[in-house]
Amino acid sequence: MTVTVTAPLLDVQDLAKHFPVGSPLSGKRGIVRGVDGVSFTIGRGEVLGLVGESGSGKTTVGRTVLRLQDPTAGAIRFRGQDITHLSRRALRPVRQHMQLVFQDPYASLNPRMSVESILSAPLIIHGEKMARGERRARVEEALQLVGLFPAAADRYPHEFSGGQRQRIGIARALMLRPELLVADEAVSALDVSVQAQVINLLMDLREQLQLSMLFIAHDLAVVGAISDRVAVMYLGRIVEVAPTAALFTGPRHPYTEALFSAAPDTDPARRPQRIVLKGDLPSPLSPPSGCAFRMRCPYAVSACADDQPALRVAGPGHFKACIRDDLTLSAPLKVR
Amino acid sequence: MSALLDVEDLAVRFRSDSGEVTALEGVSFSVAAGETLAIVGESSSGKSVSALAIMRLLPPAPACRVTGRIRFQGRDGPISLLDLPERAMVAVRGGEIAMIFQEPMTSLNPVHMIGRQIAEAVLAHEGGGKTAALRRAIELLDLVGIPDAARRAESYPHQLSGGMRQRAMIAMALASRPKLLIADEPTTALDVTVQAQILDLLRRLQAETGLAIIFITHNLGVVAEIADRTLVMYSGQVVEEAPTASLLAAPLMPYTRGLLNSVPRLEAALRPGQRLPAIAGNVPDPRHRPAACTFQPRCDWAQPDICGVTRPGMERVAEAHLVRCARWREIAV
Repeated sequence: MTVTVTAPLLDVQDLAKHFPVGSPLSGKRGIVRGVDGVSFTIGRGEVLGLVGESGSGKTTVGRTVLRLQDPTAGAIRFRGQDITHLSRRALRPVRQHMQLVFQDPYASLNPRMSVESILSAPLIIHGEKMARGERRARVEEALQLVGLFPAAADRYPHEFSGGQRQRIGIARALMLRPELLVADEAVSALDVSVQAQVINLLMDLREQLQLSMLFIAHDLAVVGAISDRVAVMYLGRIVEVAPTAALFTGPRHPYTEALFSAAPDTDPARRPQRIVLKGDLPSPLSPPSGCAFRMRCPYAVSACADDQPALRVAGPGHFKACIRDDLTLSAPLKVR
Repeated sequence: MSALLDVEDLAVRFRSDSGEVTALEGVSFSVAAGETLAIVGESSSGKSVSALAIMRLLPPAPACRVTGRIRFQGRDGPISLLDLPERAMVAVRGGEIAMIFQEPMTSLNPVHMIGRQIAEAVLAHEGGGKTAALRRAIELLDLVGIPDAARRAESYPHQLSGGMRQRAMIAMALASRPKLLIADEPTTALDVTVQAQILDLLRRLQAETGLAIIFITHNLGVVAEIADRTLVMYSGQVVEEAPTASLLAAPLMPYTRGLLNSVPRLEAALRPGQRLPAIAGNVPDPRHRPAACTFQPRCDWAQPDICGVTRPGMERVAEAHLVRCARWREIAV
């Protein structure tokens, strides 16, 4: 297999994941388009942030990219290899290079396993042949990498706080020295004072290990702090994607503007004109025609009902799925 | 302004296998009519336990011991909540003092239509006939901004979105025309765009009804949006209390400062690779809290010969600003 240096580490094209709903008994059947027409790439060493509200499909994107769920359509290329239809067996060697960090540090660690067994599991599953002492050394190395003491290996999850457990979850993801980390709301369950520690840890690890990351979260500030580029999802689609600074200084999609405007801020100077959106996320079972956001969009015109807008260029590396090019949207930050 | 609720020296201790655990200690504060007081803190800070103690929803002795005084200005004069017989407390709880919780799905009954559930609350507190109660329920749903309230009253909780369910919970809480609403992380489970709607609603209801609100949250951004005054809790104690604007502009307790600094800010997006300010260490285990200042092991300002020896008391540093820190004078400069 030849891998060219310029090829992205992960290349996702037109990804879709549809879920059948309803039961054969009721006779009502339907399809929820959990994810539809999603394309993006992640370069080597790059962090792509994925933001969106609940039901936007961001978690499904993460799980489908890792092939924990099979895509309905589209293609996923990882390290230059098409992994869209690989069998479970063929996926196994690929999976060492892509690992997942979970949201809930309480639910994702087996309470009956010592930290050493938890961290050794990936090595054993992937059949890395090594002596016990060598394995222990790898475990201690990973613990140190995430800022825990080597002696933590002999303890059990309940002996650790939430932040420390999340460090253990990150250490587990790093055991196989992956190239891509999918972090799904990895810091959302943590207390504020600890959340910052874990974000800093991820930044350190990224630099030390040249990790690429798909960083999924609902908190814009958290995503902005760690990501090189940010993609915004709404009802299963990416509605805007841009380099982080460009998105934060000049959002081009009305939904992104509303999301920024709704984020509560401790700085009273930055809360002048709040856009409070009407209504809720529409049901993914019966999305509106045309643009899915138009029912809540303060700028919607009749043409918005016609077609589903595709992502179009809005600036260097900046794409948006909105037909209104005449809008001047407010940005949370000014260009420096 | 006389206080609607006055909490004095409140302490809560739980009995466990490994001995007694102090969840709350020396907590004093008051809430005036029409005011919003925020209680901020991280996990195990004691913010929810404070609310449960006011509502008398903690397990009875000997599993749990509650001491101190809680005075409430009831419709028929002042009452002491901790001394009230359970029967009288039932009328206050969900009556003059109402409460809403984080997850409306688990607080609503899944097998009854929401209109009926709200009507039940109306009947319990105001009496009258079923038809009148249902009419009032629809009025309340309308008041909390549920469109097409008469039809929505016939929905079951699972048919509503998270934001709509929280509105229905608020409608139910308002059924008894309470004087005080305790809201425990009411927007935490909601998306930001819906959270903004609920905060707007609470502000509007307060302006219309003169309701006092105790708003419990871990989110300082939300505090900035909604609270007149803020109480910061850490490890079972109040560590700082001040009008929200001054607390956010000039916090004196090092913990408040650290907490405020560690809130991720949008500005970080323009400083790629730069590390966020964080508080080192972890919140102490309630079973093994430091005997002196509970924040001292994580504090940049700590001086072992002062902060590691005695536990500081709450000190008044300005009109409405109180702080629990031995070194606040040096920090203020």
